[in-house]
Amino acid sequence: MTVERSRFRVSRRRFLAGTAIGAAAGVSGFPAILKAQPKTIKVGILHPVTGPIAPSGQQCRLGARLAIETINANGGIASMGGAKLEPIYADAQSKPDVGVAEVEKLNEAGVSAIVGPFASGIALATTQAAAKHGIPHIVDVGVVDQVVTRGLTNTFRFGPGLSKIVDTALQNLVALNDQAGKPAKTVMIVHEESAFGAGMAKTLNERLPGMGFEVLETISHANPTRDFNNIALKIKGRNPDLLIPSNYYNEFVLLARTLRQQKIRPKAIYAILGGAASQYRFVQEFPDAAEFIMDCNHWFDPRNPVALELKKKVEAEKAFFSYEVFLNHECVRLLADALERAASADRGAITQALAASGWSNHFMPYGPTKFVNGQNEGAAPVNTQVLQKDIKVIFPKDFANAKPVFPAPKA
Amino acid sequence: MLEFSILLPAILNGLTTGAIYALIALGLTLIYGVLHIINFAHGSLLMLALYGVFFLHSLFGVDPYLALPIAALALFAVGYGLQRFVIGHASHGKDENILLVTLGLSVIIENLALYLWRSDTRTIETPYSFEVIDFGVAFIAVPKAIAFIGALLVAALLWLLMTRTDLGRAIRALARERQGARLVGINVEHIFAMSFGIGCACLGIAACLLLPSFYVSPQVGHAFVLVAFTVVVLGGMGSFVGALLGGLIIGVTESLGGLFLGESLGQLGIFLIFIIVLLFRPNGLLGQRV
Repeated sequence: MTVERSRFRVSRRRFLAGTAIGAAAGVSGFPAILKAQPKTIKVGILHPVTGPIAPSGQQCRLGARLAIETINANGGIASMGGAKLEPIYADAQSKPDVGVAEVEKLNEAGVSAIVGPFASGIALATTQAAAKHGIPHIVDVGVVDQVVTRGLTNTFRFGPGLSKIVDTALQNLVALNDQAGKPAKTVMIVHEESAFGAGMAKTLNERLPGMGFEVLETISHANPTRDFNNIALKIKGRNPDLLIPSNYYNEFVLLARTLRQQKIRPKAIYAILGGAASQYRFVQEFPDAAEFIMDCNHWFDPRNPVALELKKKVEAEKAFFSYEVFLNHECVRLLADALERAASADRGAITQALAASGWSNHFMPYGPTKFVNGQNEGAAPVNTQVLQKDIKVIFPKDFANAKPVFPAPKA
Repeated sequence: MLEFSILLPAILNGLTTGAIYALIALGLTLIYGVLHIINFAHGSLLMLALYGVFFLHSLFGVDPYLALPIAALALFAVGYGLQRFVIGHASHGKDENILLVTLGLSVIIENLALYLWRSDTRTIETPYSFEVIDFGVAFIAVPKAIAFIGALLVAALLWLLMTRTDLGRAIRALARERQGARLVGINVEHIFAMSFGIGCACLGIAACLLLPSFYVSPQVGHAFVLVAFTVVVLGGMGSFVGALLGGLIIGVTESLGGLFLGESLGQLGIFLIFIIVLLFRPNGLLGQRV
């Protein structure tokens, strides 16, 4: 009984504290009403910043944040009286269902658009959830084709899709092999088992045989995998000319290090969207394991001053300039361009502005944006190779700053 | 198709993993042998130990192998305390209660870890993480070789403890005949807690041996506890040599399963063995008839 009574008694001290908080809220609340600030535009920044693919998700968030900071520092959205972008950060925890729950929260928070969510599996879920509320959703990476083939009018993918990337990668692979006198005939594929890796493996298995390559074996693995010894042993046993890995950063690094440890070196490790193959962090931390690895991946135009300035800025934050960073940076700028033309925070108006987008001020090797069924038609990947502890562009010729080394010298 | 040069490294690899399974199973079988309960909190306690070693490394720069005595002592203390002050009290002398209490503990510990450290998978980098020893036919990673030797040493020490010391004799007496042990003046509650503590200390050691080549997340215990149960069943409930042998067999089964069936199905063989043992030899390889 005494407990019950004391709970309802208001002490002098508690009363004072309560009124102080009330007063503080009042004081801080008033200026916003009295002085009409340009209102902010809420933008959902949704990525997997925890869970197995958190390292990528955190890079994504960094890119988006830097873009928002720059846009706001340069006066916000001019057509809306200098309205600032207000990021609302959300965490998909590396799971599609959590991604959907976060879209619901972002909808409640009243966002005008969503940028994210890195992984294909999550993107399939979040674009659909966002479509339900009519929220325009710019997909930063999420490469599987189905992201833009389901007729969702709210979905816009700035970067290239899987088919386009695989097309380019295989064309370049054939060209590379022909140039060197066709030393490579057999292939092994190692992929992670979610939508991205499994989709890639399926496409490769369908197309490689027609291009003169024999697929010896396709191996899938879980996320996370902390031991690649068995897979390395299988590769050693099959002894393929080419190894094509499709996995996220941690697993890619571990696979490359295990191959190096077991002294296995095929004629080429030719990654397509390799999780780490064109990542400065991997090259810097494990230069021996990274050397000669080739990749067909998202990459910036190395001659563009805005890109180089951003690279410096990212490195000043003690982070690495990775595709997650620059793609998200450019996706936020794409949104800003749409906002500028829509001159409204209305979801429908932004969607229309994105659909009509012809933005050319970005630093990707794409040309002006042109969305057909939500896919930016000009988007294309480039080929890179790790050479002398640096990432060089080897294809296409317009951007190349090094000649490919193939086949790789024996270990 | 698969040559000897692949099979042998896979077997060696399996033996090193198996030694860790054995170490975890040793703790489980000790607790089972004495207390006649299955400790469902075993996996969660291993997870706690892994986090302990992880934070010692990331916050204070303590090498996981140097952290071994700290982890072993800390886990011993946790185990002793849990049995003496929580499990023992809550069970009211009934075995089925102990089962529920340890299950409850595992739920609490896991969710606490999820709350405190989130679901991130964390790893540590050591200079020797990717060093290898060249055996001519196979390369074995240094942390795995150390784990293998460490696990065998601990098993030997545990065997000495059980056969050559008064504590070991008391534990064995208690395992055989609870009432009789009390009659000859053995402090039953203390010995119960000691057994639980030693069982947990094995987890502390396993954590130190495991982390340089593995990861930690709040769910990491699940992967081990099911395998450890299988090892205990295979080796025979309460049998030390059985646990060691069972661990090595399961390790090799898993490794070869991964090689032939693919990584995602590698554990299939383990549970196949589990079912076969339960069907045809329910007392395990070296278990005594009950």
